[in-house]
Amino acid sequence: MNEALIRTIFGRLTLDSLPFHEPIVLWTFIVVAVLGLAVLGAITYFKLWGYLWKEWFTSVDHKKIGIMYLVLGIVMLLRGFSDALMMRGQQAISFGANEGYLPPEHYDQIFSAHGTIMIFFVAIPLVVGLVNFVMPLQIGARDVAFPFLNNLSFWLTVAGAILVMASLFVGEFARTGWLSYVPLAERQYSPDTGVDYYLWSLEIAGIGTTLSSINMVATIIKMRAPGMTMMKMPVFTWTALCSNVLAIAVFPILTAAFGLLLLDRYVGTNFFTNDNGGNPMMYWNLVWMWGHPEVYVLILPVFGIYSEITSTFTGKRLFGYSSMVYATVVITILSYLVWLHHFFTMGSGADVNSFFGIATMVIAIPTGAKIFNWLFTMYRGSIRFEIPMMWVVAFMLTFVVGGMTGVLLAIPPADFVLHNSLFLVAHFHNVIIGGVVFGLFAGMYYWFPKAFGFKLDPFWSKVAFWGWVVGYWLAWTPIYIVGLMGVPRRVNHIDDVSLQPWFVLAAIGAVIILIGILGFVMSIVMAIVKRAELKDTTGDPWDGRTLEWSTSSPPPAYNFAFTPVIHGLDAWYDMKSRGYQRPLGGYRPIHMPRNTAAGVILSGLAFIFGFAMIWYIWWLAALSLIGLFVVGIGHTFNYNRDYFIQPDEVARIEGARSEVLGRATGA
Amino acid sequence: MATTELSPADADVTWHLAEQEHHDHGGNGATMIGFWIYLMSDALIFAALFATFGVLSMAYAGGPGPRQVFELPLVAVNTGLLLVSSLTYGLGMLAMERDQTSRVQIWLVVTALFGLGFIGIELYEFSHLIAEGSGPQRSAFLSAFFALVGTHGAHVTFGLIWIAVMLVQVGMRGLILENKRRLMCLSMFWHFLDIIWIGVFTFVYLFGVIR
Repeated sequence: MNEALIRTIFGRLTLDSLPFHEPIVLWTFIVVAVLGLAVLGAITYFKLWGYLWKEWFTSVDHKKIGIMYLVLGIVMLLRGFSDALMMRGQQAISFGANEGYLPPEHYDQIFSAHGTIMIFFVAIPLVVGLVNFVMPLQIGARDVAFPFLNNLSFWLTVAGAILVMASLFVGEFARTGWLSYVPLAERQYSPDTGVDYYLWSLEIAGIGTTLSSINMVATIIKMRAPGMTMMKMPVFTWTALCSNVLAIAVFPILTAAFGLLLLDRYVGTNFFTNDNGGNPMMYWNLVWMWGHPEVYVLILPVFGIYSEITSTFTGKRLFGYSSMVYATVVITILSYLVWLHHFFTMGSGADVNSFFGIATMVIAIPTGAKIFNWLFTMYRGSIRFEIPMMWVVAFMLTFVVGGMTGVLLAIPPADFVLHNSLFLVAHFHNVIIGGVVFGLFAGMYYWFPKAFGFKLDPFWSKVAFWGWVVGYWLAWTPIYIVGLMGVPRRVNHIDDVSLQPWFVLAAIGAVIILIGILGFVMSIVMAIVKRAELKDTTGDPWDGRTLEWSTSSPPPAYNFAFTPVIHGLDAWYDMKSRGYQRPLGGYRPIHMPRNTAAGVILSGLAFIFGFAMIWYIWWLAALSLIGLFVVGIGHTFNYNRDYFIQPDEVARIEGARSEVLGRATGA
Repeated sequence: MATTELSPADADVTWHLAEQEHHDHGGNGATMIGFWIYLMSDALIFAALFATFGVLSMAYAGGPGPRQVFELPLVAVNTGLLLVSSLTYGLGMLAMERDQTSRVQIWLVVTALFGLGFIGIELYEFSHLIAEGSGPQRSAFLSAFFALVGTHGAHVTFGLIWIAVMLVQVGMRGLILENKRRLMCLSMFWHFLDIIWIGVFTFVYLFGVIR
């Protein structure tokens, strides 16, 4: 009786769910808990809770939400990278008689968590964060189309991230790979909470991503400044548009596929089971219909970042703007037609495999066009090798290799040999690190002064750059080589000791990447220390060409005192070269959205709902679901969602800027 | 529309737009297209469920097939209820255009009654199947059937809650701009569910019985 009551209250959550019996996890937990308490204590001591709550957590300002996305992505990068270091450490020592320090069930959780975190909670938040911050500024808007929805999207992503982090300490994470292999991920083979943590966290975060994409597309379609026709949009905005359209087209499929797997696990349906007519390969088709376009959701905005930076630091208009736009659109469409290359070995026959193989190779054409466009932009330009430009060059050298190994893998007969080998793993790390990650760093270094009003520390920026670039090549070249020799992915032990030197080299490479990551953190810390001398007073520290550089650094809440009118591509360059003068009076009231706590509360309830479902705490799940409805509907009864910034307030802010500008030019 | 104002420095080029006081910075204009895009994403969830049903529609696993589980007359009544509810919602929208608050409320109530009837019959059908041992666990075909039809039913239920909320909000504030906008979104949502149902009726029920 008593036990039944406890089961009703706590579901399958027991004291054994806590990691008392696993020393590695227990120590991690203690360290995280101590650090977490220190941070919370510091916030309390410096009385920052009110400030954070009012100015950041409940903010609907796209710039602040963008920055919060970036903070989330960087924090999760540290987590995902510690997983990577643990794997590299294990694979460097676990040869022959040595079993290493990670048993298989722990190693399986680590590689599953690493992939899940790096894609869903590092790459996506960093890309969404940059789009959120930069895109509305580039199109001359004051915010996104749905500011509250933007806040909600962010906090839903956070709720998903916290669920993944919670799995480290309460229960365990999935051992089924970053896309949750079926039928292995079915209840029959994975009865514990791992896969449920995976599914609920990604369902919640995925809804956030879908809503964010809808928001960005509506913003780009409806809120461009007058005169900015589609073919006058900055390339980054174009790539953001294509990326978000693609996300809207694929995230619902992932939501549906995960929903069906949840039904299999909770209700006992037979979608992906081996018995009763279920079809596991259908899961793979659905999941990769999301998964392949997803890599383009990530890389397209990053291509936009490279385009902006190349154009700015060569002091030239981007070569082949319209071909760049068409290439982006073509990649968007083609990316939808290649998903089957992830399982050529399914046995769908030579005809189907040929179609998908050729479609995959065709993507190399628009991508190649982009590379040539960047090269031709640089050709005869006066290139300034500032930090963002260095990342662009490193990207081009690195990414081209990844692209070529991708075309190699697109050949079905070659894929039959290389499928699930470390060659494949090296390939996608080559394009994701060399493409997405390098571009995100380039973008963060490029727009950091816009966001905060000072540049990042140059010395530590170079440490970060060289750490990542050298580390990447040292870590992944050996993996390409052992992959060609036939070493499979996802193994925690290798018998053949002759392969060990390659893995030791790879581990050294990972440590050099760690130096790069620490260099990045230090470049932020030192920039804060030296912010006075790194200050950007002009709002245009790189001699930029697009609208975000026309406003102050950091931009005021309303972005632009007057909505700009656009006459050509590279609007800000156009304004500068035609003797544009900043207006100094005649301000009007500016209509702005009001902050709201609803996003934080709804996401908190979504987190509780996910946690309760994972642990079968049905009463709590029901309560939080009701709470979601009550708060969600309650929010719609609030009709008072906006306010006006009065002209005297605008005049005060703009006047302060005039003073700074005057001091900068010595006028 | 906003009026333009010349920048003092360059009389030839207009660099700025000076908004009128109640310029709504695009938020309102974007709602319709934003909601439309949301519906497209929802349509893709249904597309995935339809595809799943397509793959699994013959996987009976020795259990009952469509002829044994579908009762077409009942489904025909259900289809009729939902189609008529779309008509009544449309009549409500016509009343909204003429600012007839009480007529809007009446048509919303009528629409909700038809929707409730639809959900009631669907729940009866589901409970009947489960009682017969033809629940979603029986075979992949039935899993896919329950998932597709159940997801549509969950959407209709959500629409009913939304209608209830709109009745309260129209009652409290009348047909103000915000409420009209919400009624337009709800209208798109309700007709969207109708279109999905026509797909379900055709591909699940009719094709299933022909097979």
